[in-house]
Amino acid sequence: MNSKGNTRRLLVAACALIYFFLMLPLLVVFPISLSSAPYMQFPPPGLSWQWYERYLDDPQWIDATWRSLYVGGATAALALALGVPLAFALVRSRFPGRALLDRLALAPLIVPTIILSVATYGLFAKLKLVGTWYGLVVAHTVLALPFVVLVLAAGLRDFDRALEQAAAGLGASRWQTLRRITLPMLRPSLVSAGLLAFISSFDEVVVALFLAGANMTLPKKMFDNIMMEIDPTIAAVSVIQILLVSVVLILIGRFGRGLRDSAR
Amino acid sequence: MRTGKGSGEGSAELLIEGVAKRFGEVAALDHVSLSVAQGELLTILGPSGSGKTTLLKVVAGFETPDAGRVLVGGADITALLPARRDIGMVFQNYALFPHLSVKANVAFPLEMRNIARAEIDRRVGEALAMVELAGYEARLPKQLSGGQQQRVALARAIVFNPRLLLLDEPFGALDRKLRETMQLEVRRLQRRLGLTTIFITHDQEEALVLSDRIAVMNKGTIQQIATTTEIYERPANDFVADFVGESNILHGTVSAPGLVALPDGRKLMVDSEAAPGAKVGLLMRPERFSGGGLNEFSGEIVEAVYLGTSFKLRIACEGGPELLVRQPARGTLPAAGTKITVGIDPEAIHVF
Repeated sequence: MNSKGNTRRLLVAACALIYFFLMLPLLVVFPISLSSAPYMQFPPPGLSWQWYERYLDDPQWIDATWRSLYVGGATAALALALGVPLAFALVRSRFPGRALLDRLALAPLIVPTIILSVATYGLFAKLKLVGTWYGLVVAHTVLALPFVVLVLAAGLRDFDRALEQAAAGLGASRWQTLRRITLPMLRPSLVSAGLLAFISSFDEVVVALFLAGANMTLPKKMFDNIMMEIDPTIAAVSVIQILLVSVVLILIGRFGRGLRDSAR
Repeated sequence: MRTGKGSGEGSAELLIEGVAKRFGEVAALDHVSLSVAQGELLTILGPSGSGKTTLLKVVAGFETPDAGRVLVGGADITALLPARRDIGMVFQNYALFPHLSVKANVAFPLEMRNIARAEIDRRVGEALAMVELAGYEARLPKQLSGGQQQRVALARAIVFNPRLLLLDEPFGALDRKLRETMQLEVRRLQRRLGLTTIFITHDQEEALVLSDRIAVMNKGTIQQIATTTEIYERPANDFVADFVGESNILHGTVSAPGLVALPDGRKLMVDSEAAPGAKVGLLMRPERFSGGGLNEFSGEIVEAVYLGTSFKLRIACEGGPELLVRQPARGTLPAAGTKITVGIDPEAIHVF
């Protein structure tokens, strides 16, 4: 009984430590973003909104933010358009090479991003896609696809196919069954997959460094900013980005299928 | 609709002809044939793995048979998609659409048939009233009890006036009381609507309560199709006798007209015209024994159980078989080890 209590206390302590470790950067970044000093200093000598104002007043930052948003949105849409049929094929059908395709769909998670970026750069240079936002969308879709396939495949494996039989028996065609029964029931998985794809693009910097060119995304702009000048604007931008991603994660928690459920 | 009127079986609403289905080495259905008359409730009774569910899936169109035909109203539907068959089905776990309300669930088959909205509303209302769920339209399936979910599934299966109703062990998940209520309700509804119905179960009691006729299945073949009393009183073989109800089954040889010799030398008087020399099976239902009769068995009680309305006794007969006997529960339960004599009349012994 006593040892059980001790174990529990130990567990709580370990969790608290890990949590603290993960939160530490936030605890530093957030105060700095509100700093009144003209350079990085911690703890900040006073409070001001100046770095947020600078971000909002700089069309380059705003441009980069918008670009990241629509590149992320387009990536999510494209990843879903490709990933949904792929997940159906991987879970529901048996065909030669299925196992291979199953591994291949996850390959982008395994191949180092830098290698992928170099290779994509070489290919896109020939196709004149470097520096275009839609080129970046295509590259980001490759990276996002494994997430979409993983989440949807888990959702599909748990799907009770008796429901589809029931729908067919009640007079629904295959298309009607898909539209009225299967997809609506998979909605939580679709929401999670789409939002994860969005985040994976929104946060992505390596591919963007190679492919974005003058069309800077937010992470690339941040990277360039650090290289050029170090001022607390970067902290303000970080906080804004963290808030945006948090909102997306909250949406996943609310309307999506929990990541916990997706782990097989 | 164009074929089948010539043959005598053309009047059957559902006709299954020589249907076979193999899964690898296993013959799930071994050339099964049966017919169900218009408005009849036929139960397919069998243990798990007997092929009854496969047969139902073939009728519903979820499995394609390797051989044989399925005809509804004389028309061959073997190759038809499930959606085109016009068959209502209640699944084992109901298969209600969890993201749709009760009303949307019941409206689903009507919407698939492009029926006008007003007509859909009217018919959904009628169907829900029929299963006594008026007022539950807006609920989601998970907000209903098991019995209510079952009623929704039933309403959904009958709302589009199907030609056939299929029930796949629909009462399995309900507790005993509710199950009995639902059984009677389904039976009442089926009679009222005159629905030709196939009911699948492994529960022989349920089969006896509900059916017009019972088809007993085992290992992919039909062992016997007959009325409920016929199945119980005059089973065709050991399997049926053993599967339906409690039974004492003995085997022997006819030694003279109306006399069967058992392996232990005992001779029983029976009411049968089997020729001398024939090997026969004898079925004696436990409740058909009394204190005495033309055939008497003496022995010692091995086990005695009190069941409320009756005593259930297991009796080891001297130099012979062990018998299961039910006696009306009067007085005290006899103790194990008590000597007892029971008897059974020739008419109460079924010879097969």
